[in-house]
Amino acid sequence: MTPLNQTLGQYSELFMLLAAGTYTVALIAFAWDLAKSSATLKAIDARAARQQQESRQLVGAGAPVAASQASAAGGTITADPSMRYAKERRVPARVAVALTILAALIHGAAVITRGVAAGRVPWGNMYEFLTTGAWLVAVVFLLVLLRRDLRFLGTFVVALVIIMLVAASVAFWTPVGHLVPALQSYWLVIHVSIAVLSSALFTLTFAMSALQLVQSRREAKLAAGGEDKLTFMRLVPTALSLENLSYRINTIAFVGWTFTLMFGAIWAEKAWGRFWGWDTKEVWTFVIWVVYAGYLHARATRGWTGTRAAWLSIVGYLCVVFNFTIVNQFFNGLHSYSGL
Amino acid sequence: MSETVKKPKGKKAQEQDIAVPVLGPIGMLRWAWTQLTSMRTALLLLLLLAVAAVPGSLFPQRPANPAVVTQYIKNNPVTGPWLDRFQLFDVYASYWFSAIYLLLFISLIGCIIPRVRAHYKALRTAPPRTPRRISRLPQYGTLVIPAAQGATASSALEDAAAVLRKRHYRVETRDAGGERPHLGAETGYVREVGNLVFHSSLVGVLVSVALGGLFGYSGQRTIVEGETFVNTLVGYDQFSPGTNFQSAWLSPYSVTLDKFEVRYDRESVKQFGQPIDFTAHVTTKDGPDAAPKDQILKVNDPLEIGGTGLYLVGNGYAPVITVRDGNGNVALQGPVPSIPTDGVYTSTMVVKVPDAKPDQLGFVGFFLPSAQLNEQGVAFSADPDPLRPQLNLNSYYGDLGLDSGAPQNVYNLDVKNLKQLNGRDLPAKGIVLDAGQTYKLPEGKGSITFDGLKRFIAVDVRHNPGQVPALVFALVAVAGLVTSLYVGRRRAWVRTGTADDGRVMVEYGLLARGEDHGLAKETAKIRQALQEGWGLDSGPVDPPGAAGAAADNGKNAAGPDSGAARNGKESS
Repeated sequence: MTPLNQTLGQYSELFMLLAAGTYTVALIAFAWDLAKSSATLKAIDARAARQQQESRQLVGAGAPVAASQASAAGGTITADPSMRYAKERRVPARVAVALTILAALIHGAAVITRGVAAGRVPWGNMYEFLTTGAWLVAVVFLLVLLRRDLRFLGTFVVALVIIMLVAASVAFWTPVGHLVPALQSYWLVIHVSIAVLSSALFTLTFAMSALQLVQSRREAKLAAGGEDKLTFMRLVPTALSLENLSYRINTIAFVGWTFTLMFGAIWAEKAWGRFWGWDTKEVWTFVIWVVYAGYLHARATRGWTGTRAAWLSIVGYLCVVFNFTIVNQFFNGLHSYSGL
Repeated sequence: MSETVKKPKGKKAQEQDIAVPVLGPIGMLRWAWTQLTSMRTALLLLLLLAVAAVPGSLFPQRPANPAVVTQYIKNNPVTGPWLDRFQLFDVYASYWFSAIYLLLFISLIGCIIPRVRAHYKALRTAPPRTPRRISRLPQYGTLVIPAAQGATASSALEDAAAVLRKRHYRVETRDAGGERPHLGAETGYVREVGNLVFHSSLVGVLVSVALGGLFGYSGQRTIVEGETFVNTLVGYDQFSPGTNFQSAWLSPYSVTLDKFEVRYDRESVKQFGQPIDFTAHVTTKDGPDAAPKDQILKVNDPLEIGGTGLYLVGNGYAPVITVRDGNGNVALQGPVPSIPTDGVYTSTMVVKVPDAKPDQLGFVGFFLPSAQLNEQGVAFSADPDPLRPQLNLNSYYGDLGLDSGAPQNVYNLDVKNLKQLNGRDLPAKGIVLDAGQTYKLPEGKGSITFDGLKRFIAVDVRHNPGQVPALVFALVAVAGLVTSLYVGRRRAWVRTGTADDGRVMVEYGLLARGEDHGLAKETAKIRQALQEGWGLDSGPVDPPGAAGAAADNGKNAAGPDSGAARNGKESS
């Protein structure tokens, strides 16, 4: 067993603090971006108007119809449903992403130094699970940003990352330590890493499903001729495209969670002699799996797509949070040691 | 999976009174079956299963912790028995929980069988007819082969067929010699296979679990250093056989605990004294006459022996004690396991001495590995290591009740019919013994000596024949799941025709069955392959990004509703 390096552990905590600070500035920038969105939207509207004018000059008689359609569409949704990057420069959003990258780098250093300080993988207790999980949320978000313009999610995601970091440091803080014998297994590396990764993906889809609900209410209201009170939601794609993307991410997370369950069962067999025993943690992992399985089926059931599916995705994530916080701390079970 | 039969309701039903067909008993059964195997019911059962599993984590469960359940009912005399009546202390074996999962699995099987049949048929029938207007498909495009190439409508179709075959489509060309030859193609049949394999494997997992319940067994035993456990029924402290268990299945191996080593964390501040290593050195023999083997048993590293797994699940201290009775004879000598109750191994002890004469003796109290006194003068353990081992006991004499034949817990002394000799409130006070010390009991009832200290381990022995099949089914299920989620089931159609000036016009279209976000990309790849084959420029066509976006868009706009409608009949 490698000896502990407390000094490095303290550096790790310093990095955590720095990362949380940088995320906070990034959060402000993301919020600024949303607030400034009206200016961006005006630019887009102006461009659309210009294009209409041009087309009117070109086509003449046919144009009015197209123009009215375009303005009707522009009034509800501006963001591209495919979530690809548009031409407009959103300076605050760029600043926010740059800051998030910086924060994720510092955060990564914090996670790695923690692991080195303890001489093992940095997910042996709740503090480490949360800090590593938060880091993965940020990294996965940034990776998705390479392909798709999900910057509208930034406020949401970065806020969740900050909440996770604060919760870890305040409620679950644990200094660098060795693992109890029950956790000394290579299955800790496999089982928990997949659990953290799946949870990070579920965090992203939770944010998207919540936005989907807001957006679909707004769409319904606008379709009924209501007033658009949430103009910043114009930066967010349609409820439908949110649903489609979160479905894609959820399928990956579901496969990950299936592995979490399976590898957990294999480890349980090695440690306790049975692969399934309805321990509280096992129960909740199973419940989460079933809820997301229900979500996947809902997407294929008439009358259950859209809002209902989004609710299932949100309920699933709430179960993930419950499983991590309440079950770990207040329920007695074989997993109780993984706590504080 | 079939859609529900619409049942007229309310006013309408009354109006159409005569028109309602009378459902006979068979009709009712068929209706119930249709309901049960419908997608919506399956979904509701699935969600119900999630909800039903929750109470098992809220209330103590008998299979895991029978003592806690008894205590819970004692503490809640009003609600406890009611909860018990609804089987909330044994949720996962309860009638209602079983009902939900059995219905779910019946629904699942009722869904799998017709789908297997349907897919088998689909595999043997040709790709579907070409739609009249390919341009209506979510993915659509055209290509023009210049006259200079000398291609014909049928040769172009053959080229397109070759491209599709290379991309693993099943292709059927039609009207090959006609003016407007066309082809239908389909790929991704394995998607449905994956889906069916996934769901069938879940049934397999359930059957494997049942198999373990029928033919498996498990038992517990504590082994003190120097003791030997022999795998026979009498060798166990506790034994839970499966329904079909036969004692002849136990192979008579033996395990001797030579030494048990524990290491505690002495580095960190917050976790000081937390265990970081448990190692049991054991000698095993596969049978009475087999050669002994030295082996190591650790947490997370079980022993495989005689078709069973032997798991290290607990440990503690077993003080070695000598008790002499009132006549001066040794009535008990040996290690007595104590039950650790916390991280510093504050352990409860019960010593029963039925052989003591003239009166039987009993002791209850604590074993403290590192005894210290707090400000109130109460002894407590400061460390899990045996730095200053001490016994704190009360003593009793009388009839222990062991001769009556009623089963008793070894770790529990029933003092109802006993007279107390030592105790905090008695003039003789409690017994406090450091290692090597002897205490003479009052009234000449005998003496007790704390000779030394040994450690013991608690092991679980398990045999579960369902384990390997469950793992295999689970792995197959994941493979099926991944296939059904990420392989696209796609249909493609191509129609060609020759224009008057000798150019060959090609139109193609694609359609996905079920969720498929890769359809636009697939279409682009097919287009590129066709262009390369015919030496066409890929220049002026719509840029892939825009095409993809527009296509995504189009698919989405039409997608979920129509997709859901289709899926409703496809997935379970």
